[in-house]
Amino acid sequence: MSTREVSKAWEAVIGLEVHVELATATKLFCSCANEFGAEPNTNVCPVCLGLPGSLPVLNERVVEFALRLGEAFEFSVPAQSIFHRKNYFYPDMPKDYQVSQYDAPICVDGTLIVDGTAIGIERAHMEEDTGKSLHVGGSGRIHEADHSLVDYNRAGVPLMEIVSRPEMHSAEQARGYVSALRGVLGVIGVSDVKMEEGSMRVDANVSIRPVGSDELRTRVEVKNMNSLRSLGRAIDYEIARQIEMYETDERIVQETRHWDEDAGVTHGMRTKEGSEDYRYFPEPDLVPVAPDDSMRARARASIPELPAARRVRLVSEWGIADHEAAVLLAEPGLADYAEGAVAAGASGHDATNWSVGAVLGYLNENALAPQGLLLRPDGLAELIGLVSDGSLNRKLATDVLDEALRDGKRPKQIVEARGLAQVSDEGAVGALVDDVFAQNSDAVADWRGGDDKLKKKKRGFLMGEVIKASKGSADTAVLNRLLDEKLNG
Amino acid sequence: MAPERITRADVEHVAHLARLALTEPEIEELTGQLGDILGYAAQVSALDLTEVPPTAHPLPLVNVFRPDEARPGVDRDEVLAQAPATENNRFRVPRILGEARG
Ligand SMILES: [Zn+2]
Repeated sequence: MSTREVSKAWEAVIGLEVHVELATATKLFCSCANEFGAEPNTNVCPVCLGLPGSLPVLNERVVEFALRLGEAFEFSVPAQSIFHRKNYFYPDMPKDYQVSQYDAPICVDGTLIVDGTAIGIERAHMEEDTGKSLHVGGSGRIHEADHSLVDYNRAGVPLMEIVSRPEMHSAEQARGYVSALRGVLGVIGVSDVKMEEGSMRVDANVSIRPVGSDELRTRVEVKNMNSLRSLGRAIDYEIARQIEMYETDERIVQETRHWDEDAGVTHGMRTKEGSEDYRYFPEPDLVPVAPDDSMRARARASIPELPAARRVRLVSEWGIADHEAAVLLAEPGLADYAEGAVAAGASGHDATNWSVGAVLGYLNENALAPQGLLLRPDGLAELIGLVSDGSLNRKLATDVLDEALRDGKRPKQIVEARGLAQVSDEGAVGALVDDVFAQNSDAVADWRGGDDKLKKKKRGFLMGEVIKASKGSADTAVLNRLLDEKLNG
Repeated sequence: MAPERITRADVEHVAHLARLALTEPEIEELTGQLGDILGYAAQVSALDLTEVPPTAHPLPLVNVFRPDEARPGVDRDEVLAQAPATENNRFRVPRILGEARG
C-alpha cells in the first residue's frame, strides 16, 4: 500500500509543523543549562519544576534567534508578541501548562524556497519543550506501561515551532522542505538540527482532494517520524490510506496518527474527542516582547549567505549543474569545503566533482562532517593541481585522495613516498613500450598479421602490460599515442 | 451582546478539563455562581471599546530579558526528596492515559 502510486484523480495537500530545539546555553525561562545527554534531573530549578512562587524570565538569546528566523525566512515581525499558557495535565510539564505563543507569535507570513518553489510559512513562535518520559512495563508503549519515569532536564528548553502553509503536494516535496529548512537553520546558527537526536521534530498534516479542486478536506496529523526517510514513507502511506478510504466510501476522521517505522503504517491514537481544549490565556508572569530597530538590525547583520542564494551563485560562478550545487549544499559544511579548495587555487568545477564524489563518499562511510576532515581544503586543491598538471591520472588521484583523507597527509607527500607520479615523459614511456614489445614479440607479430578483431585484442593486451610495468603511473594519453606509433611504425 | 448563559454541561466540561470531581449539588451551585461571575464581567461589553487595544499585561513594560548564562540549578537529591515516588533518579508517576503530546 505504501508504495502505491498516487492515483491520478487525487492530489495530496501537505502542511508541516517543525519543532526545532535552539542551541542556547540555557533554558527559555530559567538559567538551567540546555544540554543534551546530562544525567537525569540535574538541570532543574524551581522555575522549570513549576515550584510555587518561582517566576520565569525570558532568555534574550532566544529572542535574538527568533529574529534571525525572521530575517532568514522573510517573516513579518509584529510590533509586539506575547506568551500564552497552554493548559493540560500531563506529567511531562510539572506546571500543568506549557508556555507557548498563541495568537500573537513573534514571526508571521514567511517563505522558504524549496528547489526553486516558494513555500509559505504561516508562523514561527517560541515555546518551551517538555520533560522526557520513560514508560516502564508492557512493551514500552504508553498504554501498556505499568508506570512512567520523568526527567525534567528537557522541560523548559527553548523551541521554535515553524508552521508551513498547506502548500506541498508530495512526500518528496515535504522532504525537500525539511531539508531546505534544516539547511537555513544550520547556517544561521540557531540549532544543530539533528532529526535523529530529536533536536528537530516534524509532524505532517495530510489530506487529499480531487485534482483541480482547491478545497481543504479533513486532515490527519501524522507524528513520530525520526528521519527524512521515515517522513517520506509516512506521508506516502497516509496519502494511499486516505485515497483508499475515499474510494471505498469510508469517512476520514480528523485525528492524530502515529507512524510505526518497523511496520511501515500509521496508527490512530486513542484521544478522547474534545480533549484538545487547552484554554489558552495570556501568561501573566511575562511581559510582551517588542523587537526594536536595534534588535532587528543585529539579527539582520548576523545572517550569512543563505543556501538558496548560494546555490544560484555557485551555479553561475563555477558553471556547475544546479543538481551538483544542491548536493554540495545538502551536506552541511561541504560547500564551505569546496569553496576552501577554490580559494586555494582549484577550479569550481573540479572542487565540486571531488567534493560530491570521493569526499562525500568518505564522509558518509565514516559518519563525519567536513569540518572534521584531516585533509583540509587546500590539500584537496593540491590534489586537483597534481591532476591538472598531468602528474597524476584520475585513477591514481583517487587512491592518493583516499589515503590523504584517512591520515591527513599532503597529496604531494603521498605521491613522493609511493613513487606514484604519473610518467608522461615520452622517453620514459617509450622505453617501457619497447621493453614490453621485446618481451612479447609473438603478440606484436599477431597484431601485425591479424584482422581488426585480433588487432584490437592484442593492442589491449600490450597496453595492459605497459601499464602493469609502470605500476599504473604511465600517462595513458601519451601511452596511447606511442603505442600506435610503434605498432604502425 | 450578553454572553450565553453558563449551562450545566459547560461546568461539567470545565470540571473535567481541570480534573475536578464535582458532586451533583456542587455542579448545581457552580453553574449558578459561574454564570453570575461571567454576567458581572460582561458588563464591560456594554461599553464601546472599538478604539481600545486588548490588554495583554497590566504593567507598562516590554522586553524584560535575562542573559543566556548557565547557573547551577537545585541539587538533585533535594529535588527528588520532594517527590512522592522516584526511581532511577527520575520522578515516578502513575501510568499515563492517552498518548504523549507535543
Ligand atoms: Zn530551570
